[in-house]
Amino acid sequence: MQITFYIAGAIAVLSTVMVITRFNIIHALLYLVVSFLALATVFFILGAPFAAALEIIIYAGAIVVLIIFVIMMLNLKAEAVDEEKRWLTPQVWIGPAILSIILLGELIYIISSMETTGSIAQMVDAKAVGKSLYGEYILGVELSGMLLMAGIVGAYHLGRQKKKVIHRFLEDVEE
Amino acid sequence: MNEVQTVSGLLLAGILFVLGLVGVLIRRNIIFMLVSVEIMLNAAGLAFIVAGSKWAEPDGQVMFIFILTMAASEVSVGLALILQIYHQLKTLDGDAANKMRG
Repeated sequence: MQITFYIAGAIAVLSTVMVITRFNIIHALLYLVVSFLALATVFFILGAPFAAALEIIIYAGAIVVLIIFVIMMLNLKAEAVDEEKRWLTPQVWIGPAILSIILLGELIYIISSMETTGSIAQMVDAKAVGKSLYGEYILGVELSGMLLMAGIVGAYHLGRQKKKVIHRFLEDVEE
Repeated sequence: MNEVQTVSGLLLAGILFVLGLVGVLIRRNIIFMLVSVEIMLNAAGLAFIVAGSKWAEPDGQVMFIFILTMAASEVSVGLALILQIYHQLKTLDGDAANKMRG
């Protein structure tokens, strides 16, 4: 169990590194799917099978497909890859990367010096999650329903294209 | 044994979060910036799952589901914004959207 955890974690880290260094966005999204699958494995090992299923269905399924649809709508040409290469020069990324690595070092120091008490390895199945979700967290469920509704309305409103008005007398009434 | 797993799970969450942060900081393509924000949200969800697994309580997974909901609505609104920016400016460069001189 322990070794599978480390292998899945290593795959997640490696594929995430590949995501943020690719020039072609479709290749980056393929690595992103691998990263999500590895994280789903980690969730399963940690005893959260329901979260693992949701990770695959929603993250690796719905969200990545949504991003791919938008990329297809944008209809990017081959020059986009060269443009990315010009944008990602070492003098651009070296500073933020070093600062973030210092931040990561602090995080690792804090977490590994943390005193943890012993705990029990136990599977938390979907039934317990559902009871908790529709028991004490029912308000949160309703609020996230409203958030999704706001997301739908916002995406529709922002994504709407302005209509082209053909007739010159109608130009003033445009939207 | 399980204690090691808690610490290394939190370490994995930290590493993924920092990788997402690096992605947001170094990329100029706004689609890559959105993907990096997704990576950071996912790392936060992993931290919740690890904590929930440590105490063997369902609360961590409940919080993960809320983060998932938020990520889904965030990515839909963000992609609509990206479509609008691309149609207005004809580029995916995040630095091109500087009409407000921010």
